[in-house]
Amino acid sequence: MRIEGHAICLPADIDTDMIIAGRYLRTKDHSVWTRHVFEDLDPGIAARLEGAVIVAGKNFGCGSSREQAPVALKEAGVRGIIAPSFARIFFRNAINIGLPLAEADILCSDGDKLVVDYYAGKVFAPGISRDIRPLSHRMLRILAAGGLVPFWRQK
Amino acid sequence: MPSLSELILSGIAGDYVDRPVDRAYVHDGTGVLTLETWRALGTGEIAAPSRLYVLFDHIIPANNSTTADLQHELRDFAVSSGLHLSDSGGGICHQLMAEGVALPGEVIAGADSHTCTLGAFGAFATGVGATDMAAIFASGMTWFRIPETIGIFLSGNLCGGAEAKDLALAYVARLGMDGGTYHALEFVGEGVSSLSMDSRLTICNLSVETGAKAGMFYADSVTREYLGSFGHEIKVQNSLDPTYPQEYSFDLEDIEPVIAVPPRVDTIRPVHELEGISLDQVFVGTCTNGRYEDLSRFAAIVRGKKVKVRTIIGPASREILLLAARTGVLPDLLAAGCTILPPGCGPCLGAHMGVIGEGEVCLSTSNRNFRNRMGVGGEIYLSSVATAAASALRGEISMPGGAT
Repeated sequence: MRIEGHAICLPADIDTDMIIAGRYLRTKDHSVWTRHVFEDLDPGIAARLEGAVIVAGKNFGCGSSREQAPVALKEAGVRGIIAPSFARIFFRNAINIGLPLAEADILCSDGDKLVVDYYAGKVFAPGISRDIRPLSHRMLRILAAGGLVPFWRQK
Repeated sequence: MPSLSELILSGIAGDYVDRPVDRAYVHDGTGVLTLETWRALGTGEIAAPSRLYVLFDHIIPANNSTTADLQHELRDFAVSSGLHLSDSGGGICHQLMAEGVALPGEVIAGADSHTCTLGAFGAFATGVGATDMAAIFASGMTWFRIPETIGIFLSGNLCGGAEAKDLALAYVARLGMDGGTYHALEFVGEGVSSLSMDSRLTICNLSVETGAKAGMFYADSVTREYLGSFGHEIKVQNSLDPTYPQEYSFDLEDIEPVIAVPPRVDTIRPVHELEGISLDQVFVGTCTNGRYEDLSRFAAIVRGKKVKVRTIIGPASREILLLAARTGVLPDLLAAGCTILPPGCGPCLGAHMGVIGEGEVCLSTSNRNFRNRMGVGGEIYLSSVATAAASALRGEISMPGGAT
């Protein structure tokens, strides 16, 4: 499995309230989440997420268990997220909804072209590559299926 | 020797295991997406409804027709599928599970990050998202990577106006917001025996603020007595003295009243350094500090006096509110000028009642002070109950009585 996209760089400790605030959760209309994603961090980010790979500092997705956070990112067009570490509930949620994550420490700039190659176990940015921490076999299968729901339905 | 997580999950740290879930629960905030995802799984099956709980606590009673419709659907599903249901006003999900439901040695999954609270009983309790929970609904099972364990050694007794919340903020600050990521925390040492069940629940509640998967105490005589009051006879769990890859030590005598300053839970300052900061609201409640001991302690400090700032009290459950009414705590709170909410947790996440406005400052006994969490442009300081009470009386951050 391989993903690519343009980099959007974010700091460490991005919490789920920053990704999608609690005031927007009570709805089944997912477009509410994609419209307000990252609003409290920087309202300008949402429009740039289509085709993006987020490159963040450590502990991305800390805070609540709200699955609306990875759903908002995926449905806003984010292709994957690279960070040195993720909060564990966010990590599981993202895999479960088919949003690829890669644990790696890589420096790049906004707009850089990035590639994550899970088979090679590497992330590539202009002029550099870094190893990614391997995902478990099960997580890779869930991601390859597009999330736990399609994975489950295949069984 | 195995850690408590390894004993309960029957494996070794690093193993991926599939395990039956003894109890699983959602609230009104996460239940809707869980239900939607469960339907998408397409099996139409609920594996073990008697182990599943739907507990309304985030926006209760419903604040508008959208919320009411979502809750209506979730309520109907719970009833028609035979799940346990606690409707609006019953209390906060973690507290309801702590009132004689969660037991030592159980594997518990909750669709809320603060499910780790229940580790106070010697259970392996952890938060999951909606999709994991939907799969638990359908199969009764989930997978875990058995975590490595960080040992947190406690000695001595709390004193000088400090309480369990101050210890909790102190260890979050020591570990940092990701110091426990992918790990379980075990609270051990001779200092544990002096901590009440309510205190242990507060301490475990904040473990996720370090990123930890679980925060746990071994069930002991305190646990046995507490659960005995609910009619359970439990066996104590003895530590096998595991070798922890990481250890931290806290002498409870050294714990002082502290406050986590916005916008991070791991950035603490002694209360005396922040004295005089003007407050617009004090909020006492949540799954962290809305229990009877908390309300009672607050009432003892404000009894016969008047609060000088908007003060909101959210009892964590109906049983707690009822007990507070019976013992005179509730009249004391009302006479002091406090506003009492129905048992729930809406203000903590800025979802329902107690929302703060731009530029407003709230001192809260909750567990998160992230930017804009209780309201756009507002700031949240986190403290113990005693600090909140002393501060409510002066309308500004103040040292709790008894502090030196």
